Amino acid sequence: MTTRFFGAAVKRNEDKKLLTGQALFIDDVELPGMLHAAFLRSQVAHARVKGIDPSKALKRDGVIAVYTAADLGAYWQSGPLLVPPPPVPGLVFNLRTHVPLARDTVRYAGEPLAIVVAESRYIAEDALDDIAVDLEILPAVVDLEKALDKDAIPVHGDLGTNIAAHVHQTKGNYRSVAAQADLILKRRFRYEHGMSSPIETRGIVAQWNARAQHMTVWDTTQAPVFVRNGLAGALGLGERQVRVIAPFVGGGFGPKIMMLYPEEAMLPWISMRLNRPVKWIEDRFEHFVATTHERGQIHDAEIALTRDGRILGVKDVFLHDNGAYNPYGLTVPINSQCTLLGPYVIPAYDSTFTSVFTNLPIVTPYRGAGRQHGVFVIERLLDLAAHELDIDPAEIRRRNLIPSDAFPYRNEIIYQDFQPLEYDSGNYEPVLDKALEAIGYADFVAEQPRLRAQGRYVGIGVACYVEGTGIGPYEGAKVRVQANGKVSVATGIGTQGQGHFTSFAQIVADQLGVDVTDVEIVTGDTDQFYWGAGTFASRGAVVAGNAVNEASRAVRKKALKLASDAFECAEEDLVLADGKVSIIGIPEKFIRLGELAQRANPMRGAVKPGTEPGLESTQYFGPPSGSTANGVHAAIIEMDPLTFELKILKYVVVHDCGTVINPMILAGQIHGGVAQGIGNAFYEKLSFDEHGQLLNASLADYLLPTALEVPRMQLDHTTTPSPLNPLGIKGAGEAGAIPVGPLFAQAIENALGLKQNGVELLEIPLSPSRLFELIRKGSKA
Amino acid sequence: MQPDRHEVQVSVNGSAYRREVESRMLLSDFLRHELLLAGTHVGCEHGVCGACTVLLDGEPIRSCLMLAVQANGHELSTIEGLAQDTGELHPIQQAMHAHHGLQCGYCTPGILMTMMAFLRENPAPSEQEVREALSGNLCRCTGYQNIVDAMLVAAKAMRASVP
Repeated sequence: MTTRFFGAAVKRNEDKKLLTGQALFIDDVELPGMLHAAFLRSQVAHARVKGIDPSKALKRDGVIAVYTAADLGAYWQSGPLLVPPPPVPGLVFNLRTHVPLARDTVRYAGEPLAIVVAESRYIAEDALDDIAVDLEILPAVVDLEKALDKDAIPVHGDLGTNIAAHVHQTKGNYRSVAAQADLILKRRFRYEHGMSSPIETRGIVAQWNARAQHMTVWDTTQAPVFVRNGLAGALGLGERQVRVIAPFVGGGFGPKIMMLYPEEAMLPWISMRLNRPVKWIEDRFEHFVATTHERGQIHDAEIALTRDGRILGVKDVFLHDNGAYNPYGLTVPINSQCTLLGPYVIPAYDSTFTSVFTNLPIVTPYRGAGRQHGVFVIERLLDLAAHELDIDPAEIRRRNLIPSDAFPYRNEIIYQDFQPLEYDSGNYEPVLDKALEAIGYADFVAEQPRLRAQGRYVGIGVACYVEGTGIGPYEGAKVRVQANGKVSVATGIGTQGQGHFTSFAQIVADQLGVDVTDVEIVTGDTDQFYWGAGTFASRGAVVAGNAVNEASRAVRKKALKLASDAFECAEEDLVLADGKVSIIGIPEKFIRLGELAQRANPMRGAVKPGTEPGLESTQYFGPPSGSTANGVHAAIIEMDPLTFELKILKYVVVHDCGTVINPMILAGQIHGGVAQGIGNAFYEKLSFDEHGQLLNASLADYLLPTALEVPRMQLDHTTTPSPLNPLGIKGAGEAGAIPVGPLFAQAIENALGLKQNGVELLEIPLSPSRLFELIRKGSKA
Repeated sequence: MQPDRHEVQVSVNGSAYRREVESRMLLSDFLRHELLLAGTHVGCEHGVCGACTVLLDGEPIRSCLMLAVQANGHELSTIEGLAQDTGELHPIQQAMHAHHGLQCGYCTPGILMTMMAFLRENPAPSEQEVREALSGNLCRCTGYQNIVDAMLVAAKAMRASVP
C-alpha cells in the first residue's frame, strides 16, 4: 500500500462548511413548534430548599410549563457514575452524583432548582424572575483544608464527612530510599486549573415523536453513544428509540462529557411530556457555573536525591477539590498522581490523595485532566533541587530521564485506564536535546549576564512531561463504498475541531486508493454508528483512527476479492488506485469502486454462501492499555521588574506522539494547547469568595489569552511509534497544555533572579498582581 | 402592531429583509433565528468574545450588543456573503483553509468579518498590527498563530486582486 495521504499536511475537508457559515451547530437546529427552556439556578452555594413557588411564572404569557424536583416523580434520581474508581487496594470512594434539579439541598451556586419552558428564550428567561424560592442558607464549604476539619459542615449531610475519596499508591519503598538521600526537599504547592471555556457554550435540543415513539436529541456532547445509553435508561426507552446527534461542536476540551448533565436529563423528559421539541442554549454566565470546572489541588511533596542530582524517590500527599458531586470518579486526581512521575526514573514513590467535597461546581477533566498538577510538582521539585545542588536545570532533568532501552517502562501504580501504569515506548533524551538546541540554551546562558547588565530581566525555562494517551476501552468504524464511488465512514466519537473529517479520511484514502476529498466522515450520530465511548484523553486518533484503519483494510480486501472474481484473475495481479481496481500492466482493464459496491449488492441471482452484501466493513479497535507520548517545552521570557508584565520572546515545543497522521493538524493541536497553558499559567483563575460565589463569571473578568498574549511557537517532533496499535500512533490533544505552568515558574524565577533572593514560585496561576504579592512577601522574609 | 413590536428593514449581503420584532430582540438573534442566517455565532452575549461580529454599513459591530431595531435601514454583511455565488471562497477564507486557521470553527465567522474590515482599512499590516486587530476576537482552539499567518497571506492576495 502506498501512503500518499497518511503523514502529509492534508488541508481539512471540513473547512469549507465552517468558513462559509454552513456548518450545523446546536443553536442552528430550528424545528417547527419548538419551545425554549431556561433554568433557575441557586444563587447561593449551600442551602436547604424550603419551597419553590412557580405560580406567578405560570401566569406569564407564553410560559408553557415550569418544573421543579417535586414534579419529576420517579424520574428524580441521582445520575450514574461515568467512571468507576480504578482497582486500587484500600481505596475509599464515597459516591454522590448530581440530580436533575435540586430538591432538598443545593450544594453549589449555579445548581438548577427549576426549569421554565416557554414560547421563546426571552420569555423563559423573564419568567425565571417570577419564581419565588425560599432557601435556608447554610455555611458553604469552600476551603479544601477547612473542609476536612472535624467540625466542618458536610456538603452531603448523610455522609458526615467531606472526604470524597482517599487513595494511597506506592512504588518501591520511599522511607528506605529517603534514609540514604543526600538531599531531601519538601515544599507545599498549589495548582489551580481553570475552565475549558469553549467559545460555544453547551446546548441541547430534544424532539420526541409520539407517533414513532422515538426521541432525537441534538447535544453538544463529546460522548454521544453514552448519552444515548444514559437517556434511554433514564427515560425507560430502548436504545434504538433514542438517537443522539452531536453536530459540529464549538470546542469541548473535556467538560462537554457528562452523563448526564442536569440539562441533558431534563430536556428530553420535557419533550416527552409536552410532545413538542424543546431547546436550551446555555448562556456564558451560566456556563461559568453550570459546566464543569477543573480547579485546584494542594500538594505537600518531598523529593529525595543523591548529591549528583539523581532522584531516589518522591513522596506526595495532596488534596483535590472535587466540587459538590463526583460523577466522574477519580480520573482527575489519579492522572495527577500518575503523571507526577513524568519521564524520569523515580525508583520509589509514595503518593496519597484525598478528594474533597466542596460547595463549588463539579470538577471533571479539562484538557490535561489533572496531569498539569502532577507535572508542576515534579518539575518544580527538580528546579529546587537543581538550585540546591548547583546543577543546571536542564542537566538535572537529563540525568533522570528514563533511558531508551528501558521500555516498556513499568511505573507499577494503577492509571486512569485501570491498568498498571506502563510507558509503552519512548526515546526521551533526543527530545530534550532538540528543545535545548532550538531554544539556544547554551547561548542564552552565556548571554544572560550581559542582558542583566543592560537592565533587562530575561530568563529561560525548560520543562519535560509525559502524557498518557489513547486509552481504551475501544472505538469502532464502519467504512462503506457507495455506488457513486465515494467512501462513507461512520464512527461513534464526537468531534469538536480535531480534524477527524480529514485525518480519518487520510487513513481510508490510502487503503482504498481514493482521493481524501472522496471520503465523507460521520461522527457523533448514534444512528450512523451504534457503539463507542467518546472523544477524551487524547484518544480519537489512536483508538478510532485504528478502527478506521482496520475497517478500511477489510473493505480493501473485499474490493480486491470482488474484482478478482470479476476478472477471473489472482488478487495479486490487481492494483487499487484512483478509485478503481485494475489489472497490473493493463490499466484499461478496470472496475470502478462504485461499480464493485453495486455488484456487492445484487438485485437478482444467487450469491455464494457466507457472502456479506455491500462493499463495507465494521471493525473495532481496543488497545491493551494507553500509549505514552512525551515532550519538552522551552521558553525565553522577559519580565518588567516593576509591573511584572510578561513578554514571551521565544517558545519551543519538541514532542513525540509516535506516528503522525497529519502534521498540520498536530501542530494546530499543540498551538491551541500551549495557548490554554498560557491562560492557565497567568490569566485564568476562578475566584470564589468564602461563600462559594464565583466573583469573575464573565469573559471580561475571567481572562482568556488573546492574539497578543500567545506567542509564535516553534515546533519539532521525534517519532517513536507506539507498539500498542498497528498505526503506531500516540495521542496529542493535551500535550500542548500540560507543562506550561512549571515552565513559566522556572523562567520567571530565572528572569528575576528570584531564587537568589529566597523567593520560590510554588503556585499557579502567576498573575502580575500575584507575583507582586509573592515577591514583596518573599523579600521581606 | 403591538406597541412593543417594530418593523425592521435591513439589507443583508445584498438581499432585502423585512420583519416585525420586539424592540428588545438582539441583532444576533434577529439574524440567526428570524432571518435564519445562522452562520453568525454567539459566544458570550456580553460583547467580549467577538464571535457574533458582523459588518454594519461596512464597520464591524458586535451583533449581541445591538438591538435589531437599531439596524433598521442599514446594510449588514455576514459570513454567508463572503464567498462568491459560484462557491469560490474569498481570499480571506482561502487563506484560513490553506493555513489551518480554524479548528472547531465556531469563532471563525466573527474573526473573518473583523478581519475583512481591518484589511480594507489596513491592506498591508504588520504581524503585530494583525495581532492587535485580532485581539478582540477570542479563539480557544488555534493559539492564533495560524490565523495570523492566514491574514498576512490574505492581505497580500487581496492587494494583488485590487486593480
